[in-house]
Amino acid sequence: MLKLNLDEEKITQCHQLAKNITSKVNRDLLSYSTVSIERTVARFSGVNGVDEEGVPFPNILVNQIVDKGKISDGAALYLGNACIELNATPQEVSHMVAKGELDVTNLPWHGAEAAQAKARELCQESLDLIKTNRKKRESLLRDMPVTETPWLYVICATGNALEDAVQARMAASQGADVIAVIRSTGQSLLDYVPYGITTEGFGGTYATQENFKLMRKALDEESEKLGRYIRLVNYCSGLCMPEIAYMGAVERLDMMLNDAMYGILFRDINMERTLVDQNFSRMINAYAGIIINTGEDNYLTTADAFHAGPSVLASQFMNYHFAKNAGLGDELIGLGHAFEIDPFIEDSISYELAMALLVRQIFPDCPIKYMPPTVHKKGDIFFSHVLDASFNLVSTMTGQTIHLVGMLTEAIHTPLIQDRYLSISAARYARSAAKNLGKNLEIAPDSLIQDRASSILDDTLKFLEYVDQKGLFGAIGEGAFAGIKRHRSGGRGREGVFKRSPSYFNPVEDLLRQELF
Amino acid sequence: MEDNANIKKDTISGAGDEFVLPYGDRKNDGVVQVSFTLPVDKGPLGEEAGRQVMKVMGLEDPIIAESAHLSPGFTFFVGYGKLKRPVHLSSLKVATPLWESLEPGEVDRLIKEKLGRPLVVVGAATGNDAHTVGLDAILNYKGFAGDHGLEAYSSFTVVNLGSQVPNEQLVAKARELNADAILVSQVVTQRNVHISNLTNLVEILEAEGIRDKVILIAGGPRITHALALELGYDAGFGAGTKPRDVASYLAQEVLKRKSLY
Repeated sequence: MLKLNLDEEKITQCHQLAKNITSKVNRDLLSYSTVSIERTVARFSGVNGVDEEGVPFPNILVNQIVDKGKISDGAALYLGNACIELNATPQEVSHMVAKGELDVTNLPWHGAEAAQAKARELCQESLDLIKTNRKKRESLLRDMPVTETPWLYVICATGNALEDAVQARMAASQGADVIAVIRSTGQSLLDYVPYGITTEGFGGTYATQENFKLMRKALDEESEKLGRYIRLVNYCSGLCMPEIAYMGAVERLDMMLNDAMYGILFRDINMERTLVDQNFSRMINAYAGIIINTGEDNYLTTADAFHAGPSVLASQFMNYHFAKNAGLGDELIGLGHAFEIDPFIEDSISYELAMALLVRQIFPDCPIKYMPPTVHKKGDIFFSHVLDASFNLVSTMTGQTIHLVGMLTEAIHTPLIQDRYLSISAARYARSAAKNLGKNLEIAPDSLIQDRASSILDDTLKFLEYVDQKGLFGAIGEGAFAGIKRHRSGGRGREGVFKRSPSYFNPVEDLLRQELF
Repeated sequence: MEDNANIKKDTISGAGDEFVLPYGDRKNDGVVQVSFTLPVDKGPLGEEAGRQVMKVMGLEDPIIAESAHLSPGFTFFVGYGKLKRPVHLSSLKVATPLWESLEPGEVDRLIKEKLGRPLVVVGAATGNDAHTVGLDAILNYKGFAGDHGLEAYSSFTVVNLGSQVPNEQLVAKARELNADAILVSQVVTQRNVHISNLTNLVEILEAEGIRDKVILIAGGPRITHALALELGYDAGFGAGTKPRDVASYLAQEVLKRKSLY
């Protein structure tokens, strides 16, 4: 059996440091909320849809409370109070606000207790639906189990939700276990969620609740046909992280890309905004039983993968503890990494195997997500296919859980129909041909693989000590991750962060806390 | 027209009667390998359709080496055929940047000696484009494939604005810094959104009357030098470009424009 000889004491120290670092951040940000969190509360209460200009009603409602200078109390109290006073539904209230007929912050006040009780009642239906979805997924997985690992994960990205559904079904019938719909470029920076079924996107398809629903239905049908539950993935990231978490939870998505630092580093989204939204969205994902996928692959595509091992592992420790702090169980924490070392470095496969095994072994109960080579792929699709074959072999041998299937045309275009077929076939071949290979082999002591893994762990410990000493904000400010420097007061979306007043109330957060902790 | 002059200056052609055909295992056998999917079921009819498609491509003696069922109504083909009609190299006109590849030290020395100040370069992935891998590889110190980015040169002052930068903001920054060159990275290719965004930048620069004052470069996996010239850029850099290529071009182009090279 492939097993590294690791210093357990060092792993424990890494966990302890990451726990310190993340808990400090969570404590620091406990007294903040964001406009996207408040819009999520509105969505939980049943506010949905857009006005004639395409502005979502949750935005209209929350913007009014912001404009009136009352957002520090949270949206729920005003929404609850308005529903009592007007004997109306939240949706009706938001329509009145949109028409300019109503100021929710300036109505006869029924008292905090009554407003809170009403607000709690309003979001109960969504919470129940999410719980039902979780149970439904569990029952579907019992009836239509996914027996082979790693799960083969492919991406659909036509820009057209209807076309995505066709391609997704085809990919599933060819052997894909997980379908991700990548988002239209730039959606992460929109401070609202588009609405309805969309047929035009740039480099991907807009994440909307209707698109989620459409895809879920298509994959449910296909699952039934195949006798294998096909998981659906989208992106819970960017400025609308918690709203997308809500949408995914009510439409029974199964996985969400949801990294603690990705938005900060690679999209220049404000740190407070990202981390506050992050925590709340992870609580929703935890309650919904949705597996999060973290984005450590991005360090490997930006920096030189040969030297980035410790920052990847350190980030995984932190993502893991941020996730634990938000109530996610190990089985829902899909830590990410990737096969991105320069293939022309001698023994590159051994280095990749060392890292893959190291991650697998340190987080034994997490569904590790392994991503394929992309950086060193060029126009030679034949070599690219060979590179993917090495990736497939390492993934299977080291027991990764979620295997993002590499495409031979990665560097050229979004996958054509045959690209997906060829890539899935190659991954299936490795999954079967090397099924028990890892169990039959051992890592030699003092071998290159063993030494490499030990040295990454050593460096990770040093790196985490440094981050702990500086604090996460300070370390990011010094460019500790991916060489990118960000500052607490900088970045997009900061205007949407606010300090909670003493009367702040968020029924969704309270109810989730009761359920999760 | 100045654009045409620009293309002519940068054009190369083949010589004499030289012609080419694909090479399989002997000269002029014309062997070509193709793969494609047809929306047909796998079977004799599908295979014949596959062969006919290859004939329409101009391939003779088409052979279907493999036909694979993708899903009901879709079949993938791998085929071999022979191309008989040659291509005459002398009939081609190809736009290519005319600059020498220089060592980083040489670039620094040239600019220092002849210009006496660093070149100011502003770069961005514009519009909706969120991909900065290429831009970062060219500009950031770290570089790409062992070749350091422009930040590593003493002769460049680099401002990397990152991703999703509106064209207006890029132009404003270039004005503010009195930039010698603007680098635009465009990766997204769906529905040709990169094209309209690239031309929009040229229009803004022209409207502000500073198009001639900067060297305007486009880069990205789907960018070619010819496309860049057509869109009104000074140069285009495609897949596989190394930072030193861009550095060499910039050094020579700036010095040429000032008649210093």
